Amino acid sequence: MDIATLVFSALYQFGDAFAFLVLSACGLAVIFGMMGVINLAHGEFIMCGAYVTAATVHAGLPLPLGILAGTIVSALVGVLVELVVIRHLYDRPLDTIVATWGLSLIATQGTLIMVGSTMAGVGTPFGSFQVGAYSYSIYRIVLFCAALGVLVGLYALFNWTRFGVLARATIQVPHMAAALGVDTRLVYSLTFACGAGLAGLAGGLYAPTMTLVPTMGATFIMEAFVTVVIGGADVFLGTAPAGAVLAVVKSVMTSWQGQLFGQIGLLVAVIIVVRVLPKGISGFVLRERT
Amino acid sequence: MSKSVLRGLRAAALTGTLVLGSSLALAAENPIKLGVLEDQSGDFAAATIGKVHAIQLATEEINKAGGIMGRPIELVAYDTQSDNTRYQEFMRRVLQRDKVDVVFAGFSSASREAYRPIVDQFNGFAFYNNQYEGGVCDGHMIVTGAVPEQQFSTLIPYMMEKYGKNVYTLAADYNFGQISAEWVRKIVKENGGKMAGEEFIPLGVSQFSQSIQNIQKAKPDFVVTLLVGTAQASYYEQAASANVNLPMASSVNVGQGYEHKRFKPPSLKDMYVTTNYIEEIDSPKSKEFYAKFKAKFPSEPYVNQEAENSYLAVYLYKQMVERAKSTKREDIRKVIALGDVCMDAPEGKVCIDPKSQHMSHTIYLAKVGADHSISFPKTWEDIKPYWLGEAGCDLTKKDPMAQYTPSNPPPKP
Repeated sequence: MDIATLVFSALYQFGDAFAFLVLSACGLAVIFGMMGVINLAHGEFIMCGAYVTAATVHAGLPLPLGILAGTIVSALVGVLVELVVIRHLYDRPLDTIVATWGLSLIATQGTLIMVGSTMAGVGTPFGSFQVGAYSYSIYRIVLFCAALGVLVGLYALFNWTRFGVLARATIQVPHMAAALGVDTRLVYSLTFACGAGLAGLAGGLYAPTMTLVPTMGATFIMEAFVTVVIGGADVFLGTAPAGAVLAVVKSVMTSWQGQLFGQIGLLVAVIIVVRVLPKGISGFVLRERT
Repeated sequence: MSKSVLRGLRAAALTGTLVLGSSLALAAENPIKLGVLEDQSGDFAAATIGKVHAIQLATEEINKAGGIMGRPIELVAYDTQSDNTRYQEFMRRVLQRDKVDVVFAGFSSASREAYRPIVDQFNGFAFYNNQYEGGVCDGHMIVTGAVPEQQFSTLIPYMMEKYGKNVYTLAADYNFGQISAEWVRKIVKENGGKMAGEEFIPLGVSQFSQSIQNIQKAKPDFVVTLLVGTAQASYYEQAASANVNLPMASSVNVGQGYEHKRFKPPSLKDMYVTTNYIEEIDSPKSKEFYAKFKAKFPSEPYVNQEAENSYLAVYLYKQMVERAKSTKREDIRKVIALGDVCMDAPEGKVCIDPKSQHMSHTIYLAKVGADHSISFPKTWEDIKPYWLGEAGCDLTKKDPMAQYTPSNPPPKP
């Protein structure tokens, strides 16, 4: 087996793990990392995105529009959830755990009752390509590009737009922002919707590759929290390097010893990073800068 | 929309009306209580809701026809939520508080092993209506599902003859997957083949890129997929999109999780499954059962092998109680010891083996085509669950209440 094949296969596996970690985590990075709301219903926003995507594709929409629909519906659900539940709990972070956990149970069981135990899949588009002895799925490359796109988009949104500046100001010093005339309630609501929409996007993107069941969100949640916890508070400077570090650990361990060790490696890496860098990777990077 | 709402209402009402529905039909004062502990939510729900429905169907039929010895069956059902600790809680509850005569319980082998000591402790009587890795030698249990000597000793030699002798196993990482993989290893070796590789996947894992590559690296002739739960079922879609294009063999897919209905063709192309029942089986008995099932549960997505196992188990229980004229476990086991507890089930004739209290089956080899249609290249009739008996388990003489495997057989006397 030649070197190029090995290198490509390692890069592909890294990209695949990176995409899964980043896409699972970016919605949570906004809601938990930035806003500080421990959102245990994150997986259910992902499930919502996946279900809406699959349903619209079954109804005849092309997949990209289906994914867009999944993203938008999740964001709208996010607005509703923020308005009804989360808004009243911003200064009670521990209570949000219970509230969002309850929401997640309601969403899972509600979906089971309303839609049934499974939903027909939509099939992965694009087919495969061959490098050396291995064949690969093209859609996995699309996922990797989508993950990069989301990271760049988030960086641009929070650093270059007026909304981004207001959102960061509101979350850092809400009273000051309010005194300067910012509608902080609206900003909170939109930021939460942004996080929920990103979760929906992850669900929509992964919908063609996975089993669509009410509990599917649970398979994202560990990776999402792990990435956000070691990433720290900054959406871009945290999630991107955290995704990269964990993807290396996970793909190397998995190719060496199998899936079980991939998961063990992931958790050990988290323990080490949290011990050494209590404020996460972005805390470390930002402190170096100032 | 109205269809899904109706379905929702029905499902919402389900748990509440189980007891009512069956006991109103016959208002006798002394019903036979049948506990039902199955996963109606959680990771396994897709494969197991049909078991509950099958039990309801059989109960309704039996109660309409006069019950068991004139006594109606009353179902006491709890949702075990695909959670092993729930099984333990509810098993104590049905045995101690509800005082049921018999319990039908369990999908995953982990949950069965979680509740089995409780059944033994309280001298209960349980049916495990599920295919599994085999080896449970326990007088408190009756197993109506198929076991490895029925599913693998038919399937693996067929696959090796057709595709080649290099075998790769991809299995769920818990007792079912590990012990089933041990069986595959044993049968492959006995037939002169070799294992190209093995990987065990933790339950709940849904991303398989690296596993797919490991399989391509090992270049097997076919892959034995023993993946369990809905998360792991994502493998097929991902393998198909990476163009792995290897034939697959399984004892759990299609017959349990109807993956050929859930995924878009051709992701399950060339999947071979040995099962004792699936709804596509084209016999008058099977069609009759399927029609009855669909009449009662029109929106049931699939009638799988565990639904049939559960359905026939209620009838087997009826027969045993009526012959023993008692619901006591000791009396029923005397009937089983006669060795002629048989019935004409939807799959064909089945009998309980007195030594192991497992069941003989008709085993169908189901092949999934490129368009996900099912064909049956081969059928084996009356395959007995012989391994436990041959290995030395004889429940008519001694009840060790243990699980054995090929590498850990019953102790020789």
